[in-house]
Amino acid sequence: MFDWNPILLTFKLALITTVILLVISIPLAYWLSNKKSKLKSIIEAIISLPLVLPPTVLGFYLLIAFSPNSSFGSFFSNYLGIDLAFSFTGLVIGSIIYSLPFMVQPILSGLNSLPKSLSEASFVLGKSKKTTLLKVLLPNIKHSVTTGIILAFAHTIGEFGVVLMIGGNIPNQTKVVSIAIYDEVESLNYSNAHIYSVFLLAVTFTILLIVYLRKNSNLTILK
Amino acid sequence: MIKFKFNKTIKYSNFELNVDFELQKGDFLSIYGESGAGKTTILRIISGLENADKGIINSNDSIWYNSESKINIKPQERKIGFVFQNNSLFPNMTVIKNLEFALEKNQSKSIISELIETIDLTKLKDRKIDSLSGGQRQKVALARALVQKPSLLLLDEPFSAIDDYNRLKLQDYILKIHHKYNLTTILVTHNLPEIFKLSNKVLKIKNGKVEAFGSPTELFLTQENNSTFKLLGTILSLNKEEGEYLIYILVSGNIINRLVSEKEFNKYTVGELIELSSSNFQPVLRKNIIL
Repeated sequence: MFDWNPILLTFKLALITTVILLVISIPLAYWLSNKKSKLKSIIEAIISLPLVLPPTVLGFYLLIAFSPNSSFGSFFSNYLGIDLAFSFTGLVIGSIIYSLPFMVQPILSGLNSLPKSLSEASFVLGKSKKTTLLKVLLPNIKHSVTTGIILAFAHTIGEFGVVLMIGGNIPNQTKVVSIAIYDEVESLNYSNAHIYSVFLLAVTFTILLIVYLRKNSNLTILK
Repeated sequence: MIKFKFNKTIKYSNFELNVDFELQKGDFLSIYGESGAGKTTILRIISGLENADKGIINSNDSIWYNSESKINIKPQERKIGFVFQNNSLFPNMTVIKNLEFALEKNQSKSIISELIETIDLTKLKDRKIDSLSGGQRQKVALARALVQKPSLLLLDEPFSAIDDYNRLKLQDYILKIHHKYNLTTILVTHNLPEIFKLSNKVLKIKNGKVEAFGSPTELFLTQENNSTFKLLGTILSLNKEEGEYLIYILVSGNIINRLVSEKEFNKYTVGELIELSSSNFQPVLRKNIIL
């Protein structure tokens, strides 16, 4: 009997994570693009950590933070009534941190590629930073923003280590496709593992293909 | 009356910018000086895009900047028209959208059709910025800077990337709008004909310091430069022909040659930049220049 729920859960997780990441990353990247302090370097380094850190390390610290014994975890369980460890909400928070560099970096490099005179021209025309960001800067880096969206979505679909550490294997809660594959292989249920794997392979390949098609077609226009 | 008096240490070029001047309404000031003398920085400080270290900027009755009483009005609130050197139009919008973006809240759109007519933009209205030439872009930038009817217009070498023909045309538009809207205009330039054509006042700066301030005539048309002239030329070729030493020099698009002694001949190399001067210069004038 093949269970479709991990697939639905994976999409739900990736969608929610991507939307929240977009909302966080745009102001964050804008702030970073205007800063030249040491603080900027520190924050950039923190954002990029998930690129190099084994997911288990991130998962381990998140698990400790999510525990009701920690101040972060107890704040959520006492004041908001949400248990973070082994829950979908916890998974969303973990995924946001895990995929943050994939959203922030493209938007940041997009913003950095724009000439400074664009925002300055908007400022002297009396427009606020918010209006300038929304009406002038973002429309001119649409390509970078969509790259960020696609990469963050794909990266969330493919996460395994962090989910395993903080989510466990609870059906409809934390059992995403990558976990389901592990689970099926463990129980020697290879045919189901194949279906899940082919599915992940197809989805992520399609997404990356879209990214590179867009990138290369853009280059030919530039030529 | 607009008063500017401020200083700022320019870190990357290691000098202090120090200016102090006043303009009356309707003045057209050219800021003249070599590259890196601090011309653009002056405009940026006036507009609030950069801060001075110390000083005051007063526009009529309002204080834009006063380091002592810690007043520093944001660029958004100074109501200045600013035309940048390049790259300031928004590529995601058409020409008309660029102009409409500049409108203030509740401002009537009538100013836009008026500007489109004054600066002859009707044909370009719906074009994307990418499809415009350098000269057309600066025309649009000029129109956009005027949408909010600023009283002060700042022009940062707006003609630097434009061919001579369009340069002259754009100068005419600038003169036209300067008078039409009774503007006070400040132009950064290192082009003398531009200064004489457009401005009634010149601020000559060198390494951040004011060298002279006055009318173009006062600053440039003094007796000493009436009969002596200096030109820069590039050595194209050093030729030894039948025992004679000839240097070929490119000066303002003309190739001229000059006989020199062997000793002098050996001093020069091809490609070298040299100065040519002559006194008691009585040139023949001709009026048939077609650009």
